[in-house]
Amino acid sequence: MHIPDGFINIPTASASAALAVAGLGYSVRAAKEKLDEKAAPLVGLVAVFIFAGQMINFPVAAGTSGHLLGAVLAAVLVGPHAAALALTVVLAIQALLFADGGLTALGLNVFNMAIVGVWGGYGAFLLVRKVLRSTRSAVLVGSAIAAFISVPLAATAFSLQYAIGGQGTFAASTVFAAMFSTHIVIGIGEAVITTLTVGAILKTRPDLVFGMKKAKA
Amino acid sequence: MKNKRFYLIGLTVAVVLAGFLSFYASSSPDGLEKVAIDLGFIDTAKESAVADSALADYGVAGVENERLSVGLAGILGVIATGAIMMIIMRLIGRKKN
Repeated sequence: MHIPDGFINIPTASASAALAVAGLGYSVRAAKEKLDEKAAPLVGLVAVFIFAGQMINFPVAAGTSGHLLGAVLAAVLVGPHAAALALTVVLAIQALLFADGGLTALGLNVFNMAIVGVWGGYGAFLLVRKVLRSTRSAVLVGSAIAAFISVPLAATAFSLQYAIGGQGTFAASTVFAAMFSTHIVIGIGEAVITTLTVGAILKTRPDLVFGMKKAKA
Repeated sequence: MKNKRFYLIGLTVAVVLAGFLSFYASSSPDGLEKVAIDLGFIDTAKESAVADSALADYGVAGVENERLSVGLAGILGVIATGAIMMIIMRLIGRKKN
């Protein structure tokens, strides 16, 4: 769901960029406070894994593909603050080196995926984990549900941007309906990849998983 | 599992995904592109200013073999992402002390 240049007008892109910068500023401060030095290599690995995972488009319906977003995967593994930074690094590299996602649209993409996807998805994760009494399986179920939600959530953020500054002439409600229904299906793939990955790391190195903190082993 | 082994396996998975499996990725339009095509606002997209860069669209300019081209681009992306992320984490860690 990388937005190319031109879909959304410059004022809306600039406003999204400003919001994204504010969100990233908060994320940096929180990361400084919450992360110890041991966490740095995992943040690096998570960023690299998301970059690689986003290259693998999987078919979802006739003529449509989806790929990993990675927002909840990152948030559960390293915390939402570092996850927002990791997604931003991935999006910046994709836009600058690979022409994937526009340059003027970078703020839109960071806002939708690194801020809304990560922090919104993490909120959903915390909610599910709490309801399920913070056990290890609650972390897995929470990851699955939050990952599933995060994709249509980011698609909804795009629809809002389109409603405000879309260059096309289509009704915002039509765009929202199409974006939401398509991305619900992609969300299933997101939930599968996220749950398998979090599960594998919980099995081998539960001590590294941020989402396990304050949860019962 | 020891740190070294854990990170080695993790990095290997990323390199295999970006360097080898990426060739087999679906080339159908993604969710947003598909919606833009179906509804008809795909024409409002403008080419990125870096659309002609050496790695644009996940291929290395001048490398004819497609498998090699996308694989190399993927591995270069993995290296760039990892390096920049680690530099940022180091800067964040340093300011704390």
